[in-house]
Amino acid sequence: MAKTNKKHGPESSGEVNGTTRRAFVKTGFTIVSACYAGAIGYPIYRYLATPASRAAALGAIKEMSLPEHDMPPAGSALRFMFGSRPALLIHHADGTKVCFDAVCTHLGCTVEFQPSEARIHCACHGGTYDMKTGKNIAGPPPKPLAQYNVEIANGQINISRA
Amino acid sequence: MGKSTSLVRDAAESRMYEWVDERLGLDEIIEFASKKDVPQHRHSFWYYWGGITLFLFLVQLVSGILLLVYYRPGAEAYDSVRQITYDIEFGWLVRSAHSWSANLMVLAAFVHMFSVFFMKAYRKPREFGWWSGLALLGMTMVFGFSGYLLPMDELAFFATKVGLEIPASIPGVGAVIVTLVQGGDNVTSVTIQRFFALHVVILPLLFIGTLAFHLWLVQRHGNAVPPGEESKPESERRTIPFFPNFFAKDLAMWLMTLNVLAILASLYPWQLGVQADPAAPAPEGIHPEWYFMSQFQVLKVFGRWFPGVTGEIVGILLFTVGGLMWALIPLYDKDNRLAMRARNATWFGFAALIGLIVLTIWGYAEV
Repeated sequence: MAKTNKKHGPESSGEVNGTTRRAFVKTGFTIVSACYAGAIGYPIYRYLATPASRAAALGAIKEMSLPEHDMPPAGSALRFMFGSRPALLIHHADGTKVCFDAVCTHLGCTVEFQPSEARIHCACHGGTYDMKTGKNIAGPPPKPLAQYNVEIANGQINISRA
Repeated sequence: MGKSTSLVRDAAESRMYEWVDERLGLDEIIEFASKKDVPQHRHSFWYYWGGITLFLFLVQLVSGILLLVYYRPGAEAYDSVRQITYDIEFGWLVRSAHSWSANLMVLAAFVHMFSVFFMKAYRKPREFGWWSGLALLGMTMVFGFSGYLLPMDELAFFATKVGLEIPASIPGVGAVIVTLVQGGDNVTSVTIQRFFALHVVILPLLFIGTLAFHLWLVQRHGNAVPPGEESKPESERRTIPFFPNFFAKDLAMWLMTLNVLAILASLYPWQLGVQADPAAPAPEGIHPEWYFMSQFQVLKVFGRWFPGVTGEIVGILLFTVGGLMWALIPLYDKDNRLAMRARNATWFGFAALIGLIVLTIWGYAEV
């Protein structure tokens, strides 16, 4: 460590091949600092991110099954979790069955099936979706709800990503 | 590339600096800091230990806050520490860094205290610095004691039980105090909840306040110089500016401390024992953390010499009287004109230091 206050500016004789001593020290200092920041920051990031990455792994499921007796009566819906996301299985009065991701495409609230209004509705900002297709029809949502495939076989309701 | 871009960048940097400076007065702070001097002599090395203790405290704050993200006090305490240690990525490292830096902080605080003692830096006008420093050391040890219970493994359980037996032997009020602290007649999840509140809320508030006072005093009175240096004529004394010279050296010491901590925490990760079982017998060779070892040994030895409660009371009295004398030393050893008192104080310091070391080694030898 320098014991004096002598300045080594660009004008000083410390210049070698166009690199001043000051610039060399500055660059070296920056690189070493970045290494330390990384060596401390990366474990802290992974430590904090563990539950999030586990949830992401859980949310990465492609398909799941429900027992057929879970099927809601015609004209109503079943709320369940598809991995880490809420989902909505609607059994329409005409017998068709559709399944949507229940996360509003506007700001992430969970939507509700309202059979009396014949719509899927989000209470947070009044977003409305078509109950058969999931298409955004009124209010702020920018996109339709994501739709899942529904198949019934061997006493199971198989739900998979489209 | 080259000169023109770097000039543009420098201009932007200096404009930003000016913007902040106009509002916060950075220039005044730097001007003030560069006018402060730090004495330079052959004992200057000891000036770094307060800073090292402070740095380790900052590590405690950061790693402690990180542990709070997953730790659950109460009945789930052991499970949550097991999860941190074995399940959460790098959780073992965060926990290990917290435990290791706690131990290093106690060590650095002791080095700082003894160096202050032998440099006689407690003398006028620095008495409050000495007292606030002792309060900080006391709090650090309570931090250590309360934090040790939080994982609720076997060692934690028995260390806490034994530790609380000491105040329990105080005649009259002892038993009441311990029942209150423990929240019952045994160490249970209720105790964990109380120690947790103490460890993460009450102590940090008290500690940070006292630390601010301590640092304000250091800045007000500056570094003390040892008597040998003080007796030299002004012309022979050397100083370096606090900023940037001493500050840069301080940072270098912090960096070395960080490296030592990183090596210890990653190569010797802190272990987690089996879950505490109140019905199980104490494991063989159980002993307190090293910084409580000397007290533990005193109680053990006096227990041998004076069987029964008498031994404990004599031991506690010895530590209380010794600690009181230690705290009051600035009122006894006031300056060099009282040469005999100055010598006595130095001998007292050596006796205390050697006593602590011998008792600690003796304690470990008997484990």
